[in-house]
Amino acid sequence: MDYFLTDKQKMIKNLARRIAEEKIKPKRAELDEKEEFPWELMDILAKSDLFGLIIPTEYGGFGGGCFENCLAVEELGRACIGVATTFAASGLGAYPILFYGTEEQKRKYLPEIASGRKLAAFALTESSAGSDAAGIQTQATSSGDVYILNGTKQWITNGGEAEVYSVIAMTDRTRGARGASAFIVEKGDPGFSFGRKEKKMGIRCSSTRELIFDNCRIPKDRIIGREGMGFIIAMKTFDEARPGIGALSVGLAQGALDEAVRFAKERVQFGKPIISFQAIQHMLADMATLTEAARALVYAVARYIDTRPRDFSKVSAMAKLFPSDVAMKVTTDAVQILGGHGYMRDYPVEKMMRDAKILQIYEGTNQIQRNIIGQALNKEYGKKF
Amino acid sequence: MDIIVCIKQVPDTGQVKIDPHTHTLIREGVESIINPYDRYAIEEGVRIKERYGGKVTAISMGPPQAKEALKEAISCGVDEAVLLCDRAFAGADTLATTYTLAKGIEQIGRFDLIICGKQTIDGDTAQVGPGVAERLDIPYVSYVRKIEFIGNRCARVERMMDDGYDILEMDLPALITVTKEINEPRLPSLKGEVRAASIEIPMYTAKDLGIDINKIGLAGSATEVIKIFPPPKKGQYERIEGTLDEQVETLLKKLKELGIINIPL
Repeated sequence: MDYFLTDKQKMIKNLARRIAEEKIKPKRAELDEKEEFPWELMDILAKSDLFGLIIPTEYGGFGGGCFENCLAVEELGRACIGVATTFAASGLGAYPILFYGTEEQKRKYLPEIASGRKLAAFALTESSAGSDAAGIQTQATSSGDVYILNGTKQWITNGGEAEVYSVIAMTDRTRGARGASAFIVEKGDPGFSFGRKEKKMGIRCSSTRELIFDNCRIPKDRIIGREGMGFIIAMKTFDEARPGIGALSVGLAQGALDEAVRFAKERVQFGKPIISFQAIQHMLADMATLTEAARALVYAVARYIDTRPRDFSKVSAMAKLFPSDVAMKVTTDAVQILGGHGYMRDYPVEKMMRDAKILQIYEGTNQIQRNIIGQALNKEYGKKF
Repeated sequence: MDIIVCIKQVPDTGQVKIDPHTHTLIREGVESIINPYDRYAIEEGVRIKERYGGKVTAISMGPPQAKEALKEAISCGVDEAVLLCDRAFAGADTLATTYTLAKGIEQIGRFDLIICGKQTIDGDTAQVGPGVAERLDIPYVSYVRKIEFIGNRCARVERMMDDGYDILEMDLPALITVTKEINEPRLPSLKGEVRAASIEIPMYTAKDLGIDINKIGLAGSATEVIKIFPPPKKGQYERIEGTLDEQVETLLKKLKELGIINIPL
């Protein structure tokens, strides 16, 4: 398929593909096995300017949008979504500063993130607040010229490895979701430490860790936007980032399809390559069709987001929901086509299937995505009829 | 620190055909890449620039399509590039190539260090680097696996040997050829690619370089390729240990035994 990419977009896609093929593929199994954070690969991505993709040129970035980011993470995800998630999570941590930060905050943090010298992370989830973001317990108390943070964030991607954290905490509990605010916390701030590093089913090279705030004092100018804007900032960040998860999913599905077709052409049973059997052909045909449909949706939504529409929560949720379900199905079917081989760690599809599951869970579960789409439909049709 | 990196565009496969008349490579229809060893030369040049400042210029002799190799060098951090391109350069052996490259380097002007890959994967002679240094009358060290130190006037490098390495110091300006042990070449960067896409690479012809037409191309080549074959495997060798006196004594004894020398011990 030709998606009519510009020369610059082709450049991004080709460079990300080259990094995926030459640098990520040879390392992915070992990183997964050892649950080792991919610092060496982050360094390669940094030197190739990819961390600057979504950062405007005036802050040392490449000035790309949602679509350019999707092109890069799709290609990286085709090799390993553990590595691609680590990369994408830094962008997620940067979005709140990019969209709502002051000029000073942007000048201080964005060039560091764009160059890859510092990784960023986004911290919302807590043990009692995930899908229900209003259940946040972490408290930020204003005291003189500082905010004092107390509480624990859970399952934070890039936790412990990132230098810059966009953290959502309650400044006014009485106001519910409207009492949340967003803050920039730096690694090394007094009272800020890291808890348990999680042992995961998939994306095992990525770091998923607790953030612990114990009377963590940060200067007043670290607030992003104003008090009470935390929930809006979080939602806006997710709206922008969700097609990125869709792109990761498309990459993963494509990677699994590549492996399945290659295997089916080589594997001989009953005297023929198994791709000549209709049972296998039909499975591959469905996998390819779903993958292409997911890609078309992600590209269309990402391009639409880059026109800066007012409200795009519904389509953004669709661009996460459908591709991640596709990735789960396609990776599961890839394991089926490889049969016994597919179940063994000698072949990459076993890891791909384990990795795929998280796509339906993180950055808003697929049930929450359906809520978003459903609520948007209710609102839209309420207007019309 | 001004650095010149010599690179060559080569066919990306061992399955190339040889022209039965000229015994040189038929390059048409084969995908071209930067000679893999030259990528280490580019990376080392860019790293020295990043540490000490200055400029890296890549130079190549080849057909117009060799511009692509120079553009890739630019996307990997090289500042400028020049292509020596003329039909008269075609069919050159290393004697003619080193003459042409040396003339091109004179055209670029000032430099502190020239870096080449240790050899190409198509010609495999490993003669061009040293030959360019001879033409320019500057010191050179081949098979460099590490630059230990580089200052304004001199550099200290490690040269790979079959069974260890030498540490050598030399005056600058100089030339080195590098092995793959020296670094891990980076991939292009997005900003580098954008620069490479828009940059104009100057092309110099034989006339531009004001060179002796009899010394270039097939006509200027002193050698003729009769046959291509892999070199024979290296023979056995033995390491002589002990004090200097003992080593000399053992060596002389062995050379006499082999009938290579004939002196009374």
